[in-house]
Amino acid sequence: MDTPSVVRLANDIADQFSHRPEPAAVEAVADHVRKFWDPRMREQLMALARDGHVDLQPLALRAARQLQ
Amino acid sequence: MSLLKEPDYGTPARAGEASVQVEVDGRCVMVPEGTSVMRAAALAGIDIPKLCATDSLEAFGSCRMCLVEVDGGRGTPASCTTPVASGMVVRTGTPKLEKLRRSTMELYMSDHPLDCITGSGSGRCDLHDLADRVGLYHMRYGQQGVNHLHEEPDSSNPYFDFDQTKCIVCSRCVRACSEIQGTFALTISGRGFDSSVAAGANETFMESECVSCGACVQACPTDALQERTIVELGMPTRTVLTTCAYCGVGCSFKAELKGDDVVRMVPHKDGGANEGHSCVKGRFAFGYANHPDRVLKPLVRESIADEWREAEWDEAIGLVARRMREIQAEHGRGSIGGITSSRCTNEEVYVVQKMVRAAFGNNNVDTCARVCHSPTGYGLKQTFGTSAGTQDFKSVDQADVIVVIGANPTDGHPVFASRMKRRLRAGATLIVVDPRRIDLVRTPHVEAAYHLQLAPGTNVAVVNAFAHVAVTEELFAADFVAERCEGFEEWAEFIARPENSPEAVEAITGVPADQLRAAARLYATGPNSAIYYGLGVTEHSQGSTMVMGMANLAMATGNVGREGVGVSPLRGQNNVQGSCDMGSFPHELPGYRHVSDDTVRGQFEELWGTTILSEPGLRIPNMFDAALDGTFKALYVQGEDIAQSDPNITHVHAALAAMDLVVVQDLFLNETSKFAHVLLPATSFLEKDGTFTNAERRINRVRPVVGPKTGKHEWEIVCDIAQAMGYDMHYDSTSQIMDEIAATTPTFAGVSFNLLDEVGSVQWPCNETAPLGTPTMHVDGFVRGKGLFVETPYVPTKERSTRRFPLILTTGRILSQYNVGAQTRRTANVAWHPEDILEIHPHDAEDRGIEDGDQVTLASRVGETVLRAKIADRMPVGVVYTTFHHPVTGANVVTTEHSDWATNCPEYKVTAVQVGLRRSMHASREVAEQVPTALLSD
Repeated sequence: MDTPSVVRLANDIADQFSHRPEPAAVEAVADHVRKFWDPRMREQLMALARDGHVDLQPLALRAARQLQ
Repeated sequence: MSLLKEPDYGTPARAGEASVQVEVDGRCVMVPEGTSVMRAAALAGIDIPKLCATDSLEAFGSCRMCLVEVDGGRGTPASCTTPVASGMVVRTGTPKLEKLRRSTMELYMSDHPLDCITGSGSGRCDLHDLADRVGLYHMRYGQQGVNHLHEEPDSSNPYFDFDQTKCIVCSRCVRACSEIQGTFALTISGRGFDSSVAAGANETFMESECVSCGACVQACPTDALQERTIVELGMPTRTVLTTCAYCGVGCSFKAELKGDDVVRMVPHKDGGANEGHSCVKGRFAFGYANHPDRVLKPLVRESIADEWREAEWDEAIGLVARRMREIQAEHGRGSIGGITSSRCTNEEVYVVQKMVRAAFGNNNVDTCARVCHSPTGYGLKQTFGTSAGTQDFKSVDQADVIVVIGANPTDGHPVFASRMKRRLRAGATLIVVDPRRIDLVRTPHVEAAYHLQLAPGTNVAVVNAFAHVAVTEELFAADFVAERCEGFEEWAEFIARPENSPEAVEAITGVPADQLRAAARLYATGPNSAIYYGLGVTEHSQGSTMVMGMANLAMATGNVGREGVGVSPLRGQNNVQGSCDMGSFPHELPGYRHVSDDTVRGQFEELWGTTILSEPGLRIPNMFDAALDGTFKALYVQGEDIAQSDPNITHVHAALAAMDLVVVQDLFLNETSKFAHVLLPATSFLEKDGTFTNAERRINRVRPVVGPKTGKHEWEIVCDIAQAMGYDMHYDSTSQIMDEIAATTPTFAGVSFNLLDEVGSVQWPCNETAPLGTPTMHVDGFVRGKGLFVETPYVPTKERSTRRFPLILTTGRILSQYNVGAQTRRTANVAWHPEDILEIHPHDAEDRGIEDGDQVTLASRVGETVLRAKIADRMPVGVVYTTFHHPVTGANVVTTEHSDWATNCPEYKVTAVQVGLRRSMHASREVAEQVPTALLSD
């Protein structure tokens, strides 16, 4: 099964902030998603995070969980 | 207005204070030092006869018609080449001068066809006018002697002819080609009587390096170089001042008409962006507006498998409104959306985003800037505080070091490229950062000091290394940074790390460290260093990061906030800047203000009488994904052919096919309309009434030459749809829309059609503080207060070359075609570029048995297409290049889903591909040439 787009997009964002210390990096990813993503995409990401989607990298996963 | 004839002062203006007083024929005039006598006379209202002089070119002094007498001086000097001196007394019409002029004119006319006005000529032949003026009624020499009247015309160019019999060898065309355009395609061949204008090495115009910009035609004082439309339609009788609808330079044009027919488009000397220059597209490629393919009546169909049928406006609009509401009722408010177009006016774009927000009731509006310059909007807003370039085009005249990154101005932004080349010929130093050896790297009298031929996808590593050199070698502007910026210390610590050094990134970028270090020093020490960039920056997975990286670099070295410096995006389409300004992004209201801002949203809610969602809507690629998920069912598309221009076309086609309603508003049936249920006919730029905003934030008027051929302005269609959906949206005129924009958008607060009619154009911000606009931004402070340094770590793209796809494809555009080619493919511009071509390095071609002109397959992991190969050593090994102008090629069949992390701008510039000889071609060549197949195998 193909990886959902939101997983790829969230991982791309996470890659850009992974150089920051953990709390700030998580917040930066979450903040970006909040500012620029349509709610249905956020909800999809949160649902995938709840299920612990295997392709979500750790920083993206933590950011997605922070959106809850 | 009647035909506008702009004054010609004979020689260019000189800068400086008008400090020199001269007297010409009894009239005193003050002019700056260095001004010619001819110009001083013209400013005093005295028109000295001239043939080889025009104020767009430096004086040449060859025609001998502009002779004057100067009190106390000897002889009869040419007024064009004689500078003024304080107290000079000049006489321009003495009997001696008149006799000399008549004699000279007699010689000209003895070798000039006497019927050039009454024959095919335009009637604008300055030579005939001047013959009358100097009183030449009888010729002693006749035309029986040796002459040039037997020369054959050159009709190779599709737009203009060159008739040597009418040429007086004044060199105006040659000088226009070199001084204005900077191509140096024309020369004077031969000596004395045999002198003649020649294109290239005595080739035809089409065979030569001529880029058909039209500067020579405009400069010609006779009919020797003449637009073919003049012969076909006759001389124009009226002028409408308007703005080109091609690239983001936004050239001002005089549309010259006879009746309602456009005879020719002539660049306007007072145009702020182009100052009288043009390119082949704006000057000549306007015929698409009357192309028989134009759709002039609405078309509808039940399903995309049905044939189209014509409908009346009421039926089509009613159908769109009804289906949109039905779909919302079934699938929810967020199941529909719209896309605005950068080819449309600010006013047309504004009403679409208003329709989406107010009538659709959601924020599902996006624009085609998503796929080009959305990272510019993000990156410059984060760092500088506003989503726009910092300079006007004139600023380049003050630059000492010009850095061109990921842009190909001579093809993509040709009129600005000519201005840039002028500055480079005058001594500025050029650095090009591009995988390809673009023409600017080495062009007549211009050569880049450094061409950093980086690997595609490594921009951020390069710009970080530039900044690393500036910081570690203490070449940064400490005072500027301390006073004007924030976040420098943290950023400087990051950028100074060893991994950002030129030596460390060499392995990633392929750029030799010593070259990068030297280029960085050059930039940092300018003193005026300017960055110009294009889609080679933005269309990457780190497009936004790169924009911020360039902003960091410019701030660190103090290259922001004055003329000659800055960070300037070269926008692709005519109104990319404007469409973004107008609130086309799903997270921003007009003026780049986030939808979550209660105050701003409240202002629009009060004015529009509705509520606006505070959450962002879907971006274009998100719309496609949502369509395939079944949550997005209807799309209104304004003037964008997403089924050709957007990446991974197979995915786009599937998404469009999954929707219940696709509405396309366009000039022509196109690739997207194959998936549409309603086609609403659009207006060409010659019918539009409104404004475009160019890459330098210049708001220019677009004035209609004729009324809408479809019967409705595009904004009226949008208002009608909104009305039919139950939302009251009405304007009496286009200017009312701009008035609403001004009332709601602080940067446009002072803009009105009246102001633009009065002053020509303004650059936003235009408001109480800057009533005539703002050519240079961030002069005394950044829009966001202090410029923000943002750390920009290099993150490699996930698109990697593999054994199966070992090459990297990068895409772009060429001079004669524009975007998806909908307009230019319907003009004679196809003479230059009839098909998309794959450029490939000789080594890569040889490895695959490919010869120049072969048909080849181009395949990526998402798709495959076929096109013709051109072997080009300007490509680096391992990188191939093509354009996306032709739907038959469908270059975006192979581009992928990868995108900029911040904005989802597609990564058009990096696609792993394989190229191979097309099998059928392979087989036929095998037989014909008996080449061993092993050598041809891919």
